[in-house]
Amino acid sequence: MKPAAFDYVRAETLDEALGVLAAEGGDARVIAGGQSFMAMLNMRLARPKVLVDIMRISSLDAITEEKGEIVVGAGVRQAKLLAWDKLSAKIPLVALALPWTGHVQTRSRGTICGSVAHADPSAEMPLSLIALGGSVHLRSAKKRRRVLASDYITGMMSTARSDDEMIEAVSFPVDAGNGYAFREIARRHGDFAIVACAAIARKDGVRLAVGGVADKPEIRDLPLLNGSALDDALNAFAYELDARDDVHATARYRRELVRRIGRSVIEEALTCRG
Amino acid sequence: MSRLKAGQKHTVRFSLNGKPVSGEAEPRMLLSDFLRHEIGATGTHVGCEHGVCGACTISVDGVPARSCLTLAVQVEGCDLRTVEGLAPAPDRLSVLQAAFRRHHALQCGFCTAGILMSLDTFLRGNPSPSEAQVRDLLSGHLCRCTGYTPIVNAVLEAASELASGPLGEEVSNV
Repeated sequence: MKPAAFDYVRAETLDEALGVLAAEGGDARVIAGGQSFMAMLNMRLARPKVLVDIMRISSLDAITEEKGEIVVGAGVRQAKLLAWDKLSAKIPLVALALPWTGHVQTRSRGTICGSVAHADPSAEMPLSLIALGGSVHLRSAKKRRRVLASDYITGMMSTARSDDEMIEAVSFPVDAGNGYAFREIARRHGDFAIVACAAIARKDGVRLAVGGVADKPEIRDLPLLNGSALDDALNAFAYELDARDDVHATARYRRELVRRIGRSVIEEALTCRG
Repeated sequence: MSRLKAGQKHTVRFSLNGKPVSGEAEPRMLLSDFLRHEIGATGTHVGCEHGVCGACTISVDGVPARSCLTLAVQVEGCDLRTVEGLAPAPDRLSVLQAAFRRHHALQCGFCTAGILMSLDTFLRGNPSPSEAQVRDLLSGHLCRCTGYTPIVNAVLEAASELASGPLGEEVSNV
């Protein structure tokens, strides 16, 4: 498993990277930490003619708080965000979800934005970003635009990004003081989840976000329910996600995980909210 | 900005275990292959080539990295450490390596180079880890021989031994 041939561009500035994307269009792909995309290259599921490495663009390696949002640049590695001292205070859901993303050995290289760009349906960062109502900041040589993460991811590993655009940053709304919980089931801790669930418990209701079942992370806002009413709501959601059988799990098993993990994260989030 | 052409070889320079090295690589060449075939450092093993098994893990600028998910051209100017850099002398094992030997923390040894490099970077930042932390770290590696428990025991013993001295210094080679 070796990548097909490509030109390698080591960009030093954002303008250089955007210039290459403008000139090469769909033949060029951005590589950041490479923890998803290098595997795609090795398996030749991706065969770009030009690879644009953005990890030497120092301006992208920043975590900032702007207007009630935590803005994470495209060069920020997962380990850096996990070690950020304000993470639990500003976006506790991400603090809970990030340790489930890959392993120490991949978080050290992989980026937050790269995980969102890859848009794997079972990945934790797209799930968290969508659960929190976060946005993706896209930029091309001509313009910049912001897209809600739920609109950015259009399906399994497919997104609303145009060929000449790259993710400059993603922004998580500051969301603290509510109850949060995250849990997933995988064959081995750190592997892609069979089902991943995040819950945010607010005063007037609970939001459940589920990854690994539909072709993108899906959210459901529920009123405060108990007992069989909650079971019924979870069961309805589990069926609406339209689970499919694959080599990892059956649709039946996935629905069962949505019902059970869904309930456990909701209960945990409500307990944390106090 | 530099653009390295496909199909052509380009000089790549970096530091390997404290010594400057260089070689020639096409842009598509994986770092794991570059180390083994171009530099001749075959201590780093190659397993799955998509980041899952952990056999090819090395240290890049002090943090663990899958060398199969890294291009050789990406580490230009970086500081790399591989399993060849662990032993303080040709006839001596590091504290961690010696603990692996005592505890039978390897059998076939295929996964061991990667595991040692993960642990080496990990112990530098976490000198007294809990068993849970060690097991979390090991979740990034596949070992089909040991069942992991001997590895965990070796790490915990090495960590307590290292608490009284710097990594890789004091060794008993019995």
